[in-house]
Amino acid sequence: MTPISRPKLLALQILVAVAVFLVWHVVTTWSIVADVKTMRFFFSTPIDVFGRVFSMFMEGSVYRHLWITLVETILAFVIGASLGIVIGFWFARKPIVAAVFDPYVKMMNALPRVVLAPIFALWFGLGIWSKVWLGVTLVFFIVFFNVYQGVREVPQVVLANARMLGMNERQLLRHVYWPAALAWVFSSLHTSVGFAVVGAVVGEYLGSAAGLGYLIHQAEGVFDVTGVFAGMVILMGFVMLIDGIVTLVEKPLLVWKPGETRTV
Amino acid sequence: MTIAVHLKGVSVAYALAGGGKYEAVRPVDLSVRDGEFVALLGPTGCGKSTLLNIAAGLMPPSSGTCDIFGERLSGLCGKAGYLFQQDALMPWKTAEDNVAIGLEVGGMRRAEALERARAMLAKVGLAAFGERYPHQLSGGQKKRVALAQVLVREPKILLMDEPFGPLDAQTRLIMSELLLDLWQQDRKAVMFVTHDLDEAIALSDRVVVMSAGPSSRFIGEFAVDLPRPRDIAEVRSEPAFHRLHSDIWSCLRDEVRKTYGLSDKGAA
Repeated sequence: MTPISRPKLLALQILVAVAVFLVWHVVTTWSIVADVKTMRFFFSTPIDVFGRVFSMFMEGSVYRHLWITLVETILAFVIGASLGIVIGFWFARKPIVAAVFDPYVKMMNALPRVVLAPIFALWFGLGIWSKVWLGVTLVFFIVFFNVYQGVREVPQVVLANARMLGMNERQLLRHVYWPAALAWVFSSLHTSVGFAVVGAVVGEYLGSAAGLGYLIHQAEGVFDVTGVFAGMVILMGFVMLIDGIVTLVEKPLLVWKPGETRTV
Repeated sequence: MTIAVHLKGVSVAYALAGGGKYEAVRPVDLSVRDGEFVALLGPTGCGKSTLLNIAAGLMPPSSGTCDIFGERLSGLCGKAGYLFQQDALMPWKTAEDNVAIGLEVGGMRRAEALERARAMLAKVGLAAFGERYPHQLSGGQKKRVALAQVLVREPKILLMDEPFGPLDAQTRLIMSELLLDLWQQDRKAVMFVTHDLDEAIALSDRVVVMSAGPSSRFIGEFAVDLPRPRDIAEVRSEPAFHRLHSDIWSCLRDEVRKTYGLSDKGAA
């Protein structure tokens, strides 16, 4: 790929957004594709949608929902990742345990998590915890598989070398297995954080009284298409923000990883 | 003279998947005196590295024993430093952390360990590279870090498994020179495994030749009486070097042929 300067790239990216909004605006203003009234019913208009987003932030009703979704996301990620790391380590270091649980892990992972939402609502109530646990079931497996892989794929020669340097089991865990596993966790950080958001929003969508998923569900219930789109726009911004934070966090943690080397 | 490494009647056999066993190394005896540089030379797959792993305590022999400075070895050999053929640095640690960790796990304070690590990196010519991660270093530089990692712990015995094998020819020469320089300073016992005849003669006091596998054994032993300190580049032009070279090669040649003859049959 020929390198492209940052401002030029940014300009092109903005151009894509402008094009999309322009098309959206044109087809909902003039009856080109279909009758404007029909188009507006199904797609609303970009001006209405952004106007709604703006007013939601202005009147302040959205902050509570953002906060709830954020809390659910963070809890789901922290709990899911911790469980994934602990159990991933345990399985990788105890092959018998891994062999015994292998079919059950596969079964649980094969289950579409959406079907768990109603039962979690039953178990954990309609508050945040049913959403948190839904997110946990998603995050857990990603982190678990990565840690398991990371610990098992430490090169034999690195291990033998560490042993010859005098490391005992505890030191091996700290200086060899742990960093190897963490590297895999971080390389999947974007995916697992993304799934934490998915868990939270899907949970809210299927039954709650607050959160971004709830907002979208409410709007859908009254055929408020502008509200649905506004909710989606806010959700997208939310996800982009979290993803940006993840990028900032992982950069200093993965300096040792070989990346692209560029000539100057 | 004290004996640093003493392998007595050591043999290696593996259990085969279909039952029965594969004899890799027939019972052999080998002793390396303190301060002696012994090269273990043989065709690929003859079990040289296996003997090294036994001396390191990384694997137990099928029969026989290994004594380190008169003490029976059980478990890992704490007195030995092992330089691996492959890249064995921890990629998540900087060069100086890779070197210092061997001291830290032994209970040394981090500040002191780092100081010694930096001094050792300077000795191998990497004073300016301490804060680099392994992926930011060339193959030869990584080898230097690995050498520093081993030497900083001041092991009584050095075990080296074709350490310069993966490097290019020029870098190998430089690394051999560096190794001899550092070794000259405190003359540890060295077991150096290689399949490179020139390297074996140029570096060692004694060359032990192994036969082709399976059922490898020692088929020759040659004292290298070239004067020390040696200049790696110049020593190769000495008449004594050439005499040794042709003697050892005539001993080794048939074994190398056997290796390829066997693999030909295996392929057919």
